[in-house]
Amino acid sequence: MGLLERFRESRFSKMIHTIFGKNHAKIGIYGPPNVGKTTLANRILRDWTGDIMGSVSEVPHETRRAKWKNNIRIDNGGSSLTMDLVDTPGIATKIDFKEFMNMYGMTKDDSRVRAKEATEGVIEAIRWLDDIDGVVLVMDATQDPFTQVNVTIIGNLEARNLPILIAANKIDAENASPATLKSAFPQHPVIPISALTGYNTENLYSMMVKEFGKKRHKQRR
Amino acid sequence: MAKKDSGITFNLISHQKLEHFSSTDKLKYILNEVKEGRILVLEHGLTPTEQAQLIEHTMKEINHDTFIGIEIGGYENEKVGFFQRVFGVAKKPRMTVIGPAHLLRMVHKDNDMIETTIIPGKGVN
Repeated sequence: MGLLERFRESRFSKMIHTIFGKNHAKIGIYGPPNVGKTTLANRILRDWTGDIMGSVSEVPHETRRAKWKNNIRIDNGGSSLTMDLVDTPGIATKIDFKEFMNMYGMTKDDSRVRAKEATEGVIEAIRWLDDIDGVVLVMDATQDPFTQVNVTIIGNLEARNLPILIAANKIDAENASPATLKSAFPQHPVIPISALTGYNTENLYSMMVKEFGKKRHKQRR
Repeated sequence: MAKKDSGITFNLISHQKLEHFSSTDKLKYILNEVKEGRILVLEHGLTPTEQAQLIEHTMKEINHDTFIGIEIGGYENEKVGFFQRVFGVAKKPRMTVIGPAHLLRMVHKDNDMIETTIIPGKGVN
């Protein structure tokens, strides 16, 4: 073990980290429905633990209860971050059960149940905002980023002085435009990724260690 | 939901009307109006915390046959300068449009313009 490695493992190094930064954080994956939150959570878990978080579907509101995994360690060169990762249900301002029937061929009963559970999932996702240290906000790089859901999530995190990383997902799609997201939210880091193919996720991990490891004074609402 | 044969009601709400309300009363007022089928344009919108609470309250109120939620669009909060931050001046919410989702649809939104449309066939009851 080299001198540098020994220093990183030393008690002194850990003490410095305790004073100047944090290496254990509760990170929420947030965003509107169908932007790839669970696909990203699965990608992170597969890459670092070999596990998965949950099922994915083209039908919106597949994740209707928050799911989490504890103690996931991400290494980035000499730094690391141990996190509890929370995959939250998609946040929406409206839920119409008829959409599940008309667009995805679900039965009326199944659609109503899914819609009801989805409303509860949105409430749960909003409540988790009080209990996290940072957010990966997933946006669909093929869609208009100026949705009120995105603006609301960002506004809440800024008010609490919590770090935000914007994952511009679905970069593998032909009409993806991560530049639009970057110009829409210039105050936060935007990392173009494909959670599906794994494209550029190493850059996301590097930013997660850097941004979520910083010491901040969290403000409560 | 109130059925009116006079068309769609737009209410332009001054900031003075809402500033005396507590957050809870403000959200209650907005949600009641929207559930009645009215579209509100708030001169000063909601804080991020209030927006999140409005979404939460909306989810609790969804009734799949009569109320499917809200459509909302507002400009980002006004930035405040360094000295204002030092003296505790909070970011000010800006103009916001809120309406029932079965009636109002957001077409486009950017930093300078919010474009909405009334869903065809839903305007006059």
